[in-house]
Amino acid sequence: MSTRVGVVTFPGSLDDRDACRAVQLAGGQPVPLWHADADLRGVEAVILPGGFSYGDYLRCGAIARFAPVMTEIIPAARAGLPVLGICNGFQILCEAHLLPGALTRNAGRRFITRDIQIRVENAQTPWTRDYADGQELTVVLKSGEGAYVADEATLAGLAARGQILARYAGGNPNGSAGDVAGVVSEAGNVVGLMPHPEHAVDPLTGPSADGLGFFASVLSAVVTA
Amino acid sequence: MSTGDLTETGMKDTEVAETGTNDTVTAAAATPDREQPYAALGLTGAEFARIGDILGRRPTDAELAIYSVMWSEHCSYKSSRRHLRQFAEKAPPTRVLLAGIGENAGVVDIGQGYAITFKIESHNHPSYVEPFQGAATGVGGIVRDILAMGARPIAVMDALRFGPADAPDTRRVLPGVVSGISFYGNCLGLPNIGGELAFDPCYAGNPLINALCVGVLRPAGLKHAVATGPGNQVILFGSRTGPDGIGGASVLASASFGGRGEGAKRPSVQVGDPFMEKLLIECCLELFAADLVVGIQDLGAAGVACATTELAAGGKSGMSVRLDSVPLRDASLGPAEILMSESQERMMAIVTPDDVPAFLAICAKWEVPATVIGEVTETGRLEMTWHGEPVVDIPPGSAADDGPVYDRPARRPASQDVLAADDPARLARPADGAGLQSDLLALLAVPEAASKTWVTEQYDRYVRGDTVLAMPHDAGVVRIDEETGLGIALATDGNGRYCLLDPYAGTQLALAEAYRNVAATGARPLAVTNCLNFGSPEDPAVMWQFTEAVRGLADGCQALGVPVTGGNVSFYNQTAAAAIHPTPVIGVLGVHDDVRRAVRSGVGPPGSALLLLGSTRLELGGSLWARTVHGHLGGRPPAVDLAAERSLAEVLVTAAGRGLLAGAHDLSDGGLAVALAEACLASGTGAAVTLPGDPFTYLFSESAGRALVAVTPGAEAALTQLCAAAGVPAVALGTAGGESLDVAGSFSISLGALSSAHLDTLPVLFA
Repeated sequence: MSTRVGVVTFPGSLDDRDACRAVQLAGGQPVPLWHADADLRGVEAVILPGGFSYGDYLRCGAIARFAPVMTEIIPAARAGLPVLGICNGFQILCEAHLLPGALTRNAGRRFITRDIQIRVENAQTPWTRDYADGQELTVVLKSGEGAYVADEATLAGLAARGQILARYAGGNPNGSAGDVAGVVSEAGNVVGLMPHPEHAVDPLTGPSADGLGFFASVLSAVVTA
Repeated sequence: MSTGDLTETGMKDTEVAETGTNDTVTAAAATPDREQPYAALGLTGAEFARIGDILGRRPTDAELAIYSVMWSEHCSYKSSRRHLRQFAEKAPPTRVLLAGIGENAGVVDIGQGYAITFKIESHNHPSYVEPFQGAATGVGGIVRDILAMGARPIAVMDALRFGPADAPDTRRVLPGVVSGISFYGNCLGLPNIGGELAFDPCYAGNPLINALCVGVLRPAGLKHAVATGPGNQVILFGSRTGPDGIGGASVLASASFGGRGEGAKRPSVQVGDPFMEKLLIECCLELFAADLVVGIQDLGAAGVACATTELAAGGKSGMSVRLDSVPLRDASLGPAEILMSESQERMMAIVTPDDVPAFLAICAKWEVPATVIGEVTETGRLEMTWHGEPVVDIPPGSAADDGPVYDRPARRPASQDVLAADDPARLARPADGAGLQSDLLALLAVPEAASKTWVTEQYDRYVRGDTVLAMPHDAGVVRIDEETGLGIALATDGNGRYCLLDPYAGTQLALAEAYRNVAATGARPLAVTNCLNFGSPEDPAVMWQFTEAVRGLADGCQALGVPVTGGNVSFYNQTAAAAIHPTPVIGVLGVHDDVRRAVRSGVGPPGSALLLLGSTRLELGGSLWARTVHGHLGGRPPAVDLAAERSLAEVLVTAAGRGLLAGAHDLSDGGLAVALAEACLASGTGAAVTLPGDPFTYLFSESAGRALVAVTPGAEAALTQLCAAAGVPAVALGTAGGESLDVAGSFSISLGALSSAHLDTLPVLFA
């Protein structure tokens, strides 16, 4: 019986299929979760995939945080459920105040799709435990509002507490403060990542298979827990 | 756009402009002499008279709206139709075509229980008026065409042409177009897998924005635009109807800019909402899966007018529609405006009465508004009411299928002889290696040949996780089946310079290039779509270009054994008297038995042997070298040899299937010189080559039917044998490796120098 990992589909979610495939390739069982159902279907971890939930109206992620499924995810996350928000999912987690900071328009003002390097800064989370601290990964960045912002004090606090999950290596592509590519909650179970590990799970269709470790990590974390 | 704008198009003194005034069928019969604004709506006096003959009375305003949009050049193909017949008449025998010309898009059986539907369409004029929304809704429109076939859209491509890259207007149009495509396509979750970007003064004021979409379906799930089964319900679903682009695509696309009446026919361009389109896609696919759809049609140009007439005509039935039940965004709209509105993100379905509740429930799940607006009848008439009063009563086929057909005069202009006589062989060629090097660097940096990364990185190529190859590879490759590796390859090509010199040969060269590009990835070419961009068909010289291009394409497809499955004609691409170069853009679809064997563009790993396949002659007419170095366009385009193209493709496909190729790249604009540089940059590896003859000819000639291949180590003999058996000339050029492109006896250019020449151009111009 493989581990059940929920993948939420909001109206406008786009990378839900890719996230399901990544879970499957890592050996887990992807479980589709529908935005309008306040039901987590017994999953042991949840992924909020990339896309443009609710058309990015108002602000990216601002409407999705109020979806019925989020009324289940938010308390579960506060209780320790491993949650990974990718791109738009990261934006939703920030809007839901499960993660600090916010995502804003890229420095270049344009949407960019690029194969980039990130450096894992915290390999102790349930989503990164298969990596080593300082390990560099090639993954895909594709976003128009991917620049992470937080005030200086927050950034310093995040760094001090090990809450910087990953930073861009080899150049900052979008103007993110402190080169931040991903952050983790203080409790360590909720992770937001702007680049897309689910697009780097097979060299045939992505720049590498480096992203598979995020999905493999959570499967082993859940089994161990 | 308000009704106030309509009055500016010449309706000021007529009743149609007064919303609320209801010009009924009864009123039309009673007031036969009332003046109607047919000319402002783009109809000729003869066409208007013909409507009267069909109906036995004057049309109502709503009927006039229907005929004016359905008989526009854009919807009726009235100038092109008699020529396009050749695609069917000369179609090569094929067992793979499930739906062809006349459907929303062609459908091809690729085996293993899958079918592919694909089509390319223009959105040229709207994208010039309002680049962002024009280009965005161009993507939206072609995606709905694919969806209407019962398919899941899986990828998009764009073939873009603009005026000079450094012209102020290009700096207005290009960034808007690119961000519009990026915005709409990215929000839909469709990977953008390739296309073209070209610049030429002839496209200043007439940019070409051609969007392609490809979708996948099960053959049994194929849908048609038919209203059958009396009593079946007509459901309009998607966005509510507003005053968007009333007469937009239809009138706009048929009226060239400049000259008489400038501004009179520039109504607002439609505004796109990709979020609604994404919901519409998922909603339709769930409706198809539940088998709740008898017939379906997307709403594009001419909106409700087009969808109702085509559905009713396709079903050889009648239809009654309550126009006042169409959900509106602007309550002041009257019947004619509702019929002509081009509000985006709408579809129309025919549904059995029993299935209506289930249909509406799925729409509700996806939060897509859906409304029953009428039903299928046995009358053979398309009847519409407005608050109970009849405002339309026409035979639907008269608007949808039996529009006017013109045999426009076509005449080869004398200027063709002048062009042909201007042989580029007289042009000064570089005298030494340093000259060859500087010409190559100039070609690599010219906007048309420069790296397109600044544009393509604004598009999502990864979403859906099935993109195997995208830009800058020769063709986009998408996996269809994860188990078997079955997949497709798609490429689009066009070359306005070649087509100006000889539209027949130029069109075949575009076809051959797309065919070659698909084969270079190892895919077997299977079928063709096309977007024919031309000036005014009322100009006999343009009409000659058009007839030659169509004849060339039909003959070419016959010779290559790939049928035309559908396409689009865009006329009136001209500003005042100046038409664009004739620019047919040809899309070729190929099949990969296993995408894991797809061949990348490049020189392969260091040590790979590099071979040039095909014959090289001194052919400079229309070449990138002649244009870039001398500003010259004249002479003859490269010779076309379709038998040689077939043999080359056979070698490329067989070699890829047997794993003999480490890289392949077709030769086109800029010849071997540009191909070598691109291949080195794609692989991040240099190459050392020795040219087998005159360096200038080998580097810059644009002879067709050639490819640069990198051979898998140890497979050299097998590939050489394969070429010999197929009669494809193969000559060893050298070896991949090192940090520079070395051409023995001529030059050595570092990868860094190649890269900066190639990469910097577009960011400097547009960032």
